Amino acid sequence: MPGLAGLIVNGLLLGMAAVSLFPLVWMLAVSFMAPGEASVFPPPLFPAHPTLDNYRQLFAQGGMARYLVNSVVLTTAVTVVSLTVNVAAGYAFAKLAFAARDRIFKLLLGALVIPAQVAMVPLFLLLKHLGLVNSYGGVIVPAAASIFGIFLVRQYALAIPNDLLEAARIDGASELRIFGSVVVPVLKPIIVTLAVFTLLGTWNDFMWPLIVLSDQELYTLPVALASLSREHVQDHELMMAGSVITTLPVLVVFLVLQRSYMEGLMAGSVKG
Amino acid sequence: MSVRAAAWWFVAPALLVIAIFFVLPVLAALALSLTDFDLYALADPSNLRLVGFQNYTRLLTTPLFWQALGNTLYFVVAGVPFSIAVSFGAALLLHSRLARFRAFYRTALFAPVVTTLVAVAVIWRYLFDTRYGWLNYALGSIGVTPIDWLGDPHWAMPAIIVFAVWKSFGYNMIILIAGLQSIPAELYEAARIDGASPWRQFRHVTLPWLSPIVAMVSILTVAGYFQLFAEPYVMTQGGPLQSTVSVLYFMYEEGFKWWNLGSASAVAFLLFVLIFAVTAVQLRVARWQSAA
Repeated sequence: MPGLAGLIVNGLLLGMAAVSLFPLVWMLAVSFMAPGEASVFPPPLFPAHPTLDNYRQLFAQGGMARYLVNSVVLTTAVTVVSLTVNVAAGYAFAKLAFAARDRIFKLLLGALVIPAQVAMVPLFLLLKHLGLVNSYGGVIVPAAASIFGIFLVRQYALAIPNDLLEAARIDGASELRIFGSVVVPVLKPIIVTLAVFTLLGTWNDFMWPLIVLSDQELYTLPVALASLSREHVQDHELMMAGSVITTLPVLVVFLVLQRSYMEGLMAGSVKG
Repeated sequence: MSVRAAAWWFVAPALLVIAIFFVLPVLAALALSLTDFDLYALADPSNLRLVGFQNYTRLLTTPLFWQALGNTLYFVVAGVPFSIAVSFGAALLLHSRLARFRAFYRTALFAPVVTTLVAVAVIWRYLFDTRYGWLNYALGSIGVTPIDWLGDPHWAMPAIIVFAVWKSFGYNMIILIAGLQSIPAELYEAARIDGASPWRQFRHVTLPWLSPIVAMVSILTVAGYFQLFAEPYVMTQGGPLQSTVSVLYFMYEEGFKWWNLGSASAVAFLLFVLIFAVTAVQLRVARWQSAA
């Protein structure tokens, strides 16, 4: 009996893994096919003569290089800026006393239930007024702080021993110095986790960049891909190459940093 | 500088950004939803008029708004239980002592979660293709006649649900695995000594322990599924016959295609109230269950 049960468990897992990975593997395979090769019955699995033509065409005529640069610049900027802002705030909410601290924190937690989309229309008008619509700033500035990020850092920072901070203060270190040389090293694991969350979230974000970046020159990869796929509905192979360029970078980042990502997810959910 | 003063410097940037670019717009959304803000007001604010609740009353008599609401509810009511069932099944399989290569399977099942929604929606549009898609090919091999997944108003939403579940089940799976791992081994030990079968152990140890986690996961998933947007935008553009227009898709078109920003704000607010109400009911039920 245990043999049979093991077979069923592992068979089901194999089946689920196949369903999870098949679309991604198929995307990669079709991206190397010649135009029209995927539009036959039965659908082919592997390219007859693998070619990079689809990628070449996307970069030469589709402006893909431009979109890739936009995505890289925006993701890097949002990640760096929001990490700095959220880590500083999360630490202060956990370890530094200031007026109304706990009341402000409770208000922030309450605001977590409000979906971001409620703010989108007025935010668009505000950014238009500030001249930030159709600029990198329109994506970066509203993302510079996140309640979720502050919350994550605070939960982790609560465990920093007060003695550690007091000892540094007695040595005459400034608060900024304590933050840089004592707090940040201790918080490193949660900083890496939050960095991965922010990076993936920003790269994959669609609705807000779609709204705030109407100039094609500024499109991020997801916005560009959505627009290309409306123009080129019949070009399977070209669109698969576009999908590869859009999603492969985040898949690689995830595979490299998956340990801290998964641990962050588990810690955040069960303890929080 | 005192610790107190320093603390303000640490939190000020975050609080300023949240106040100006989140709290202020949310309050403004409420105000804006009571105006007729449109393309003319965008050009010249003096064209702006207060219209009271007219946006809301007009929405409630707009058939497409009701359709969008119905489509979204369909997506939530069918998609969330399906998604959680798959997450739960996958978590149990991965947690089983009989499972081999767990690290590999965990990564494989989680991979769709980190992919870019737009990119994988494009892939699935082709998998759903009536003539050349893999789905119909696979179904054809067991004798099912080809289905026009994204072109038939009856099948478009189920297709989007299948895609959304594929994309997102790994997230809750990880949280449920963490929950399964947190169950003390002594509980199973005691149940076994009492002669409980594996099924009874599952029923009387695993399920009660996990129920608060399942409740939390359901609440978050429902709130997330209400925000359906990119899937119909990429896969169906709301069609066919508007069978996949979601509330957010409706809001996007109302606001950023037709520039009826007052009306779009009203849509956003109605969606918020709806999510809030559903969450409140779920919390009630969860609390009542854990008390029972």
